[in-house]
Amino acid sequence: MLYDNFLPIMLALALAGSLGSSLVSLLADRRAWILPRLAFPLLGMAGIFSLAAGLVAMINDTTFSSQLPLGLPWLHWHLRIDPLAGFFLSLIGIGTLATSLYGPGYVREFHHGPYSLAVLGLTTGLFVVGMQSVVLADDAFAFMVAWEIMSLSSYFLVVYQHQNAANRRAAFVYLLMAQVGGLAIMLSFGVLVGFGSGISFDAMRAAPLNLTWSSIAFALGLLGFGMKAGLVPVHVWLPEAHPVAPSHISALMSGVMLKVAVYGFIRLVFDLIGTPHWGWGVALLIIASITALFGVLYALMQHDLKRLLAYHSIENIGIIFIGLGLSIIFFGTGHPLLGTLGLVAALYHTLNHMLFKSLLFLGAGAVLQGSREHDMERMGGLLARMPWTGLFFLIGCISISALPPFNGFVSEWLTFQTALQVVNLDSGVLRAVIPIAAAILALTGALAAACFVKVYGVVFLGQPRTRRVRRSREAKRGMVLAQALLASLCLLFGVLPTATVTAFNHVTQGLTGHSLSVATAHGWLWLTPISADTASYGAPLVLLGILLALGAWAIVYLFLRPRGHAKMNRGETWDCGFGPPNARMQYTASAFAMPIRRIFAPLLRLNETVERELRPGLPLEPVQLRHQLHVEDITWNWFYAPVARLLHTTARRVSRIQTGHLRHYLAYSFVTLILLLWVIT
Amino acid sequence: MNEDLNAWLLALVQTGTFVLLAPLFSGWVKRVKCWLQNRRSPSLLQPYRDLWRLFGKETLVSYTASPLFRIAPYIIAGSTLLAAAVVPLLAVNLPTAAIADVIVLAGFFALARFFLALAGMDVGTAFGGMGSSREMTLSALAEPAMLIAVFTLAMVASSTNLSTVINHTLADGMVLRPSFLFALLSLILVAMAETGRIPVDNPATHLELTMIHEAMILEYSGRHLALVEWAAQLKLMIYGVLIANIFFPWGIATHLNGSVLFIAVAAIGIKLLVLGTALALGESMLAKMRLFRVPAFLTLALTLALIGLLSHIILEVN
Repeated sequence: MLYDNFLPIMLALALAGSLGSSLVSLLADRRAWILPRLAFPLLGMAGIFSLAAGLVAMINDTTFSSQLPLGLPWLHWHLRIDPLAGFFLSLIGIGTLATSLYGPGYVREFHHGPYSLAVLGLTTGLFVVGMQSVVLADDAFAFMVAWEIMSLSSYFLVVYQHQNAANRRAAFVYLLMAQVGGLAIMLSFGVLVGFGSGISFDAMRAAPLNLTWSSIAFALGLLGFGMKAGLVPVHVWLPEAHPVAPSHISALMSGVMLKVAVYGFIRLVFDLIGTPHWGWGVALLIIASITALFGVLYALMQHDLKRLLAYHSIENIGIIFIGLGLSIIFFGTGHPLLGTLGLVAALYHTLNHMLFKSLLFLGAGAVLQGSREHDMERMGGLLARMPWTGLFFLIGCISISALPPFNGFVSEWLTFQTALQVVNLDSGVLRAVIPIAAAILALTGALAAACFVKVYGVVFLGQPRTRRVRRSREAKRGMVLAQALLASLCLLFGVLPTATVTAFNHVTQGLTGHSLSVATAHGWLWLTPISADTASYGAPLVLLGILLALGAWAIVYLFLRPRGHAKMNRGETWDCGFGPPNARMQYTASAFAMPIRRIFAPLLRLNETVERELRPGLPLEPVQLRHQLHVEDITWNWFYAPVARLLHTTARRVSRIQTGHLRHYLAYSFVTLILLLWVIT
Repeated sequence: MNEDLNAWLLALVQTGTFVLLAPLFSGWVKRVKCWLQNRRSPSLLQPYRDLWRLFGKETLVSYTASPLFRIAPYIIAGSTLLAAAVVPLLAVNLPTAAIADVIVLAGFFALARFFLALAGMDVGTAFGGMGSSREMTLSALAEPAMLIAVFTLAMVASSTNLSTVINHTLADGMVLRPSFLFALLSLILVAMAETGRIPVDNPATHLELTMIHEAMILEYSGRHLALVEWAAQLKLMIYGVLIANIFFPWGIATHLNGSVLFIAVAAIGIKLLVLGTALALGESMLAKMRLFRVPAFLTLALTLALIGLLSHIILEVN
C-alpha cells in the first residue's frame, strides 16, 4: 500500500532521531545552544517519524519485521511493527513531538542552574529510544532491555534536580518499584518462554499453556505492567516521581510511558497468552475500579498542581483498565464483538489520556515556570496573565472531565456502552459486578469534573494570592505551540470518533481477529457501537449544535441590544456592605474539596489540626488561627508497611545462618555444591 | 425527503416549545406553592416578565472578572438548550434524538454545570467559591445516581437512546416492573438535587448560608443573569419531561400527524401540570436539609438506583 516501502526508513529515522538527540546532548554542558537548537529538533524529528511510521502501520495494516545485529551473538534483536505497535508508536510520536516543541523554552531555566544540561538531554533521548524500542521489540530479550533502558533513563530524569532530598527519595522509590516490576514481567515472560520453544514472541505465542500457568503469567504480567502503569496498590511511586521530574518529562512519563505499560499488558494478555479467561477480567475490573476511584479521590485532596495531575493519571489508568477488564470478560465468555468494543474503548481512552494528560502537564509546567509556585493555594488569576496557557489548560480540563464534545467523553461513553451490554452474559455474578463498576466509573467521572473545577478555578480564575503570581507572564512561544497542538487534537478526536474507531479496526483485527465495523456503519456522523437502535452519538452534530446554540444566543443578543440601555458596565465586586473583598477571602483548593473530604473521610487518612490562639480577655476572639491538613496515601499503611515488616523479619531470620565463622561458610558451599551435582545428575 | 424535513422541522419546533414553555412551568410550580402556603400568587407570566426585564437591564460585571465569566452564561444556556433538543417532548423518533443518547444528555448537563461552577469561582468571592464547591460535590453524588437510574431503563430496552426506551415502554404496555419503580424514585431524588429544589437547595432565597445555586450566580446581572436563570428553568423542565415521558410515556406522538400531535401536546401539558403540583406539594411539606445531610439523601438515590439495576438484572432478565 501507499508509503509501505518507506516504513523501514521511517523507523530508522525515528530511532536515529532520538538516539542522535541523546548523543549530541553530551556536548550541551560546554555549548548550551546544542539543547534547544539541535537536541530538541532531533527529538522532534524522532517524534514526527514515529508518528508517521505508526500511522502507516496502523492504517495500512502493514507488518514489518527485521533483525538487528545487536544483543548476544546467537540472539539478535527482533524488531517488528504491526498495527498495535504502530498505534502506540504514534502515541509516542505525538508526545515526543509536543515535548520537543515545548522543551527549548522550558529548559532555559536550567541553563544557569546547578544541574547538567548534558545529563538532561542524554537521558531524555534515551528515554524516548527506550519507549520506541519497547513497542517495536519482538522477542523477550529485546523487550526487557528496552524496558530497562526506559526505566533507568526515566529514573535519572526523576532524580535530575537532585539537590532536593525529597526528589532523591521519590526517585529511589521509583527505581525500586521499577525493578520489582521489571522482575515480575521477566518472570511472566519466563513462563511463556519455558513452555514455548524460544524467546521470540512468535515462539511464545505458540507456547501451549494450561489455565494455571497462563493465570500465573497473567498475574505476574498484571503486577509488572500494573506497577509501571500505576494500578492501586502498586501506584505509590507515581504521585512521588511524576511531579518532581522537569515538566516536559512529567508529560512524557504520565502521557506516554504509562501508555507503554498499557501496551505491554495488551501485548501480553491479548497477543502472547492469547486466550484470556473471564476470571482475569473480573479481577482486573475490580482492581481497575478501585484504582479509578482511589486516584480521583486522592487527586481531589492534593494542592500541589503536578501531584494532583499525577493522581489523575492513576484514575485514568483505572478507566483504561476497566475497558480492558470488560473486554477480557466478554472475550472469555464468548462475546468477541463486545470484547472488541471494550478493547476499542480502552485504546481510545489510552489515546485521549495521552493527549490531555500531556497537555495538562505541559500547561502545569508553564504555570510553574511563570509563577514560580507549585502550590495551588498561592496561585490564582493566571488566566489574565497567561491567556493562551489558560485557554489550552481549560480545554485539557474539559477533556479530562469527560465533557462533550471533547475526546475524554467519547471513550467514557464507549466504556459505558460496553458495560451496559452486561445483559448478554449468563453468569449472575458477572451481571451484578459490571454495573457496580459502571457506577464507580460514573462517580469517578463526576468527581474528576469537581476536581478540575477546583484546579481551574483556583489556579486560573479569581485573584492572584501572592505577589510572584501577580507578576507571572505568558510562556514562551514554543511552549504555547506545543499546548495548542495537543489541545486541537483533543477537540479533533472528540469530534471525529468514527474516523478514530475505523483506524482502530486493523489493531483489533490483528490482535483478536475481530473488528468493530458496525460502529461506523452509518457514516462518519454517527458512532453506533452496537447498533443504531442501541445507542448512537453524533459528535460532529453536537459540536454543530453547540455552535448553533451560541450563534442563536448571539442573534438574540444582537436583536435585544437596540433596546436602549442594555449595555455592559464594569463595577466593584459585591462585598455585602463590608470592606472590599481581597485575594485571601477567596475559596482555596482545600476549602473547595472540604465537603468531598468530609463525605469520603473513611477512605482517606487525614491528619487535620486546627490551632487557635485566643485573646486572653475575650475567650471567643481568636488572634491567630493555624490550619494544617495532611492527606496520607492509605496504601502506605495498609499495604507497604506490612510488606516492609515482613521483609525485615524474614531478613533477620535468614541472617541467623550468617555466623561469621569461615568453616560454616565453607560447609554451606560444600552442601550447595553436592546439592547442585545431585540435581544435575 | 419530505418526511425527513418534516421531522427536522418538528424537532426544531419541539426545542422551541421547550425553551419557550420552561418559564411557564416554573411559574406554575411557584403558583401552586403560593396556593398551598396561603399566599397570593404572582401571575403565571411573571417569569417571562422577569426575564424580559433582566434582558433589558444594564449588565454589571466586576472589574476582576475574566472573559470566562462573560462567556459562561452563553455556554451554560447553549448546552442546556442542546439537552432540551435531544429529550422527546412531543414526539419520539425525531432525528435529533439520534444525535445524543441519555449519557450524552448527562454530559450536556455536566458541561453546563462545569462552566457555572467555574463562573462562580471567577470573580474571587467567598460566596462564589462556596457555591461552586457545594454544587460540584452534590452533583458528583447525583450524577452517578442519575446515570445508574437511566441505565436500568436502558438495559430494559437494551438501548440508551431515549426514543427507543420510550418506544419500548409503550410497546410493553402497563407492566409494573420493580426496577422501574426504584429507578423512578431515584430519578425523582436526583431531579430535586440537580435542579436545586427543597430539601437540597432553596431557589427562593438569596441570603441563606446553605444556598448553592444562588451563591454561584450572585455576581451575575442583566442579560447574563437572565440566561442563567432561563437555563435553570429549562433544566427543571427537562427533568420534568424526562420523568414524565420515560415512566409515563402514554400520549406521546409516535408518528407525525396533526391529531396525534394535538393529543401529545395535551398529554405532556397534563403530565407537567401534575408533576409541577407534586413538586410544589413536596417543597411545601419538606424543610430544607442541612448541607451535610444532603450526601445521605443522594446516597439514598444512588442506592435506590443500584437496587433498581440489580433487581432488573437478577429478577427480570430471561
